[in-house]
Amino acid sequence: MVQTALEKQSGSGKGTALSGNEAIALAIRQVNPDVVAAYPITPQTDIVQYVAQFVADGQVDAEFLGVESEHSAMSACIGACAAGARTVTATSSQGLAYMWETLHIASGMRLPIVMAVVNRALSSPLNIHCDHSDSMGARDTGWIQIYSSNVQEAYDNFIQAIKVAEDPEVMLPVMVCMDGFLVSHSLENLQIIPDEEISSFLISTRDQSGLLFQPVTFGAMDLQDYYFEHRRQIIAAMETAKGVLLRTGKSFKDLTGRAYGLLSGYRIDDAEIAVVVIGSLSGSVQVVIDELRSEGIKAGMVNLRVFRPFPVREVASALSRCRAVAVLDRSDSLSTGGGPLFIDVRSALYAGPESRGAERPVIVNYVYGLGGRLVSLDDIRRVFEELKRVVSSGHTTRLINYLGVRE
Amino acid sequence: MGHIKELAGKEGLFTGGHRLCAGCGIPVVVRQFLAVTEHPVIVAAGTGCLQVASAIYPYTAWRTGFIHSAFANTASTISGVEAAYKALKRKGLTDKEFHFIAIAGDGGTYDIGLQALSGMLERGHRVVYICNDNEGYMNTGVQASSATPLGADTTTTPVGARSKGKERERKDIIGIVLAHNVPYVAQVSPAHWHDLTSKAKKALKTEGPSFINSLTPCPRGWRSETHISMELCRLAVDTCYWPLFEVEEGVWRLNYRPRIKRPLADYLRTQARFKHLFLPENKDILENLQASVDRQWEQILKLCDGN
Repeated sequence: MVQTALEKQSGSGKGTALSGNEAIALAIRQVNPDVVAAYPITPQTDIVQYVAQFVADGQVDAEFLGVESEHSAMSACIGACAAGARTVTATSSQGLAYMWETLHIASGMRLPIVMAVVNRALSSPLNIHCDHSDSMGARDTGWIQIYSSNVQEAYDNFIQAIKVAEDPEVMLPVMVCMDGFLVSHSLENLQIIPDEEISSFLISTRDQSGLLFQPVTFGAMDLQDYYFEHRRQIIAAMETAKGVLLRTGKSFKDLTGRAYGLLSGYRIDDAEIAVVVIGSLSGSVQVVIDELRSEGIKAGMVNLRVFRPFPVREVASALSRCRAVAVLDRSDSLSTGGGPLFIDVRSALYAGPESRGAERPVIVNYVYGLGGRLVSLDDIRRVFEELKRVVSSGHTTRLINYLGVRE
Repeated sequence: MGHIKELAGKEGLFTGGHRLCAGCGIPVVVRQFLAVTEHPVIVAAGTGCLQVASAIYPYTAWRTGFIHSAFANTASTISGVEAAYKALKRKGLTDKEFHFIAIAGDGGTYDIGLQALSGMLERGHRVVYICNDNEGYMNTGVQASSATPLGADTTTTPVGARSKGKERERKDIIGIVLAHNVPYVAQVSPAHWHDLTSKAKKALKTEGPSFINSLTPCPRGWRSETHISMELCRLAVDTCYWPLFEVEEGVWRLNYRPRIKRPLADYLRTQARFKHLFLPENKDILENLQASVDRQWEQILKLCDGN
């Protein structure tokens, strides 16, 4: 029923043109989950369809639960993962919002569920196109969040996410985010990892633990005497996760040659002006940076891969030599204090010895692309123009800006 | 299960030391149910009295596997557990048999958890779902649910100058569950322990979802004496307020027919939540309640058709 390029690959082919959703579905098949519980929502829908077809065709030996809501999707994932199953799902937008209370429960119970989030704007107004409002709204739920700039990254991140989530030192759920339509529906030449290499990469270090193996109690109530300690342990696991993400990135590089850190820099080492982005916009920004560099302008970029845990030191260190920085947010906190990425980046610049007052760059925020509003190369050039102006004048005219909006 | 003493003497999977109130029906129902299990058990419970009184870290009253997630999702949580079992068994990672039991109150079943329950029933998970129906949100302090009977005085349907208690009749949860064409549905009362445990055994052996609705007294919410909870359950059955029946593959069977059908007032009088109904000006509500019970009883007799 599903007629796609997925049929052409048999798990060992290389360089196949796949969409982001197809790549995630393929990754789900290859990580060999025990349970997939999901509910369809645009633009995530293809993932659910492809996985259902894989199960129907016997290509993955998983229980597929087509549940009646996202609240139940995450609830069933919690039950399955607590029982001892490798458990994955996918959602977008309202679906993620509908899961909200259960997201906290998944992390609180320390369940290594991995979920693809195909980023889409939140209602109201209803909009099916890309922005990061959905996953940014879930940034404080105790889930690790990894963002992907393109199809290859989405695929690679999903596979690494399983290993990170299930690490005994971590045991936290992971969201693997990719931009709705911009990545989920874009075809890209994907380097596919053979099935057997993925299974050896993911040899489970997780003990056979859970409800099916021991008569344990999950979800007890904590009173004032224990709650704080249990929440503190989640924070400790988040701290540990940074190292595990890096270690996993390294072993993934050994396997594939593709390197992954907490963030990536583009011509950032000697940059005087830089932008910080998350997701697919990074490709366009690179094009503009190359142009500016050819004009002798020292422009650079930090592309954040891991937003939770927030790489405070790494962000501060990457930006420490810049004179002016623009943080590009594909969502707004609606607090009048700027977008969520801006708030965390600015905070990071005050974090450590790298950020001594005099050396701190001037920072501005640009909110862009809400509800799928396209961003042109000219829009990005305008951001760098402003940064140049900030460097020469030493101050900003406006701290929070909205790129490409009519007002 | 020959005798009540045998039942009581069996080592409990739900231990003493839990903090449920004196006179609460929930532990009675849970212990009777667990006493007839034959395999390891995994219980999912919704947020509510049972959960907060049985699993306060670092203690647990459960010698079974136990999971509590949230209020609305007992049915979807146990669905996930059962799905995991199927996958892991197929992959040879477990060879045990299990019982999967979901336990929620009426708030978590009739109201906030209804959608998740519907999904679980439709998907056909092999789960026994027990509703401890105490006819209201008792854990949060006696608010009305859609299981609260007509006329009951609760903190959200309070009796006042312009109010005579709850204005609407309770929801027909059995009818809703039966509309899903599930293989086994039954109504029980913990006072009729032999009936309850027989039905528990049938439910536990059912291939697919089963649903058990239990009348579960709450002396705090019903404002009844704590030592008469079981008598009260018996009265509910003898007045035909709470008929004991089962529906197996669509076939209705009446499990208990009182020798003398007692007037509903005998049952209502035991609970101060109905106290105002005995004022002369509220006679009509009392009559409506009796008429509703009579109607329901006749309907059930018809559905059971001599079974």
